[in-house]
Amino acid sequence: MAFETFADFMAMGKHGPYVWSAYGITLLVVVANILAPIIRRKGLVEEIKRKAKREQAES
Amino acid sequence: MNRKRKQRLIIVLGVLAAVGLSTALITFALRENINLFFTPSEIAEGKAPIERRIRVGGLVVPGSVKRGDDLQVTFDLTDNAEQITVRYAGILPDLFREGQGIIANGKLISGTLVEADEVLAKHDENYVPPEVQEALEKAGHPKKVPQ
Amino acid sequence: MFEYLKRLYHKFGSPRYFYDLTGKMLPWLVALSVLLLIPGLIYGLGFAPPEKYQGNSYRVIYIHVPAASIAMAGYVMMAVAGVIVLVWRMKMAEMVAKSVAPIGASFAFICLVTGSIWGKPTWGTWWVWDARLTSMLILLFLYLGVMALNAAIENAQSAARATAVLSIVGAVNLPIIKYSVEWWNTLHQPASIRMTSSAIDPEMLYTLLTCIAGFYCLFGALVILSTRCEILSREQRSSWVKKLVGVS
Repeated sequence: MAFETFADFMAMGKHGPYVWSAYGITLLVVVANILAPIIRRKGLVEEIKRKAKREQAES
Repeated sequence: MNRKRKQRLIIVLGVLAAVGLSTALITFALRENINLFFTPSEIAEGKAPIERRIRVGGLVVPGSVKRGDDLQVTFDLTDNAEQITVRYAGILPDLFREGQGIIANGKLISGTLVEADEVLAKHDENYVPPEVQEALEKAGHPKKVPQ
Repeated sequence: MFEYLKRLYHKFGSPRYFYDLTGKMLPWLVALSVLLLIPGLIYGLGFAPPEKYQGNSYRVIYIHVPAASIAMAGYVMMAVAGVIVLVWRMKMAEMVAKSVAPIGASFAFICLVTGSIWGKPTWGTWWVWDARLTSMLILLFLYLGVMALNAAIENAQSAARATAVLSIVGAVNLPIIKYSVEWWNTLHQPASIRMTSSAIDPEMLYTLLTCIAGFYCLFGALVILSTRCEILSREQRSSWVKKLVGVS
């Protein structure tokens, strides 16, 4: 362990804001990249179902 | 591969080669101009304009760092031939230390004095934990001279 | 051997085969990226030794370097897919190229932002127009250009061919990024990880390599997730997609 206490760990010497903001921004971007295809997939499946229903109603 | 595909492949590779070659020529032409800084020797020769914003690069002369009030600091820069003095008020980067490679942004006041408003420290590619560096120095290995 | 490769190529060219195969790969990639990234980043943040001169700010390296590497590898992937699109007109390559762009752009963005945050305390500036930083910014703009072109052209096939040309031409930027630190006087230091004798302490190096491997698995999983959506969208009229969704 490179730090004595949890407070030391959060402070990162005097570099806490730099290190944590870098990791935080990365986490946000990665989470957005994971959520985007999941949301898109949901929308696509609904769209395909809707189209199929409409086609069935027409024929 | 059929003829049409071969033709398309040749066109794609040809375009890539042409773009690559022209970029290589441009970068070669700009080689000297990209992020060039003046060395203390060039300033001593009078190559740098006075009263204009310039960049000076060099090593911090050990023992020359003097700290004053309100974050005022002066230090000497050398390229192992000539020396100039840099005056700066502000927070120095973590990597600033004696012997370190530094780039100072500012105005040349006289032949040997630069009033800097920005001091940048150049890092080298070495990453060492504190104990290892101390052990290396104790063992008599001289500190690596940073570029 | 060649016949085998050719067969493999045709298989991968089929969206349905690609969809099935990547569906099987996805859980493994996700598991692997979690197993590498979480211990790697925790070790990097809390257990790896601080750096002698930079203190703890150097811990940004565990995301900065993987992100830079992936941003460039993603561009290589997009440019290679672009060549396949232009020469062999493979539909699957069109979809992969389109899916990689926003993910590669995200990693280029992460690389630039974390580098900027790291640069402030260590170099003394958020940004400097040196060759390495500028060429990396150009990479981000190339990705954004590809995304904009994809969005601007309605027809998927024409969009794919137009972006293929842009991504292939933009590939000349890659060697410039890689060698900028050697060709010019940059503020950015040369590479620390080398094939022979890395300039980085072993404990930091192995942590960094773990994080790089983990981020690559994450990148692979993201590309697969996004490409599978693209397949569903473009193949929605085919019977196998309808069956998959459960409407026929």
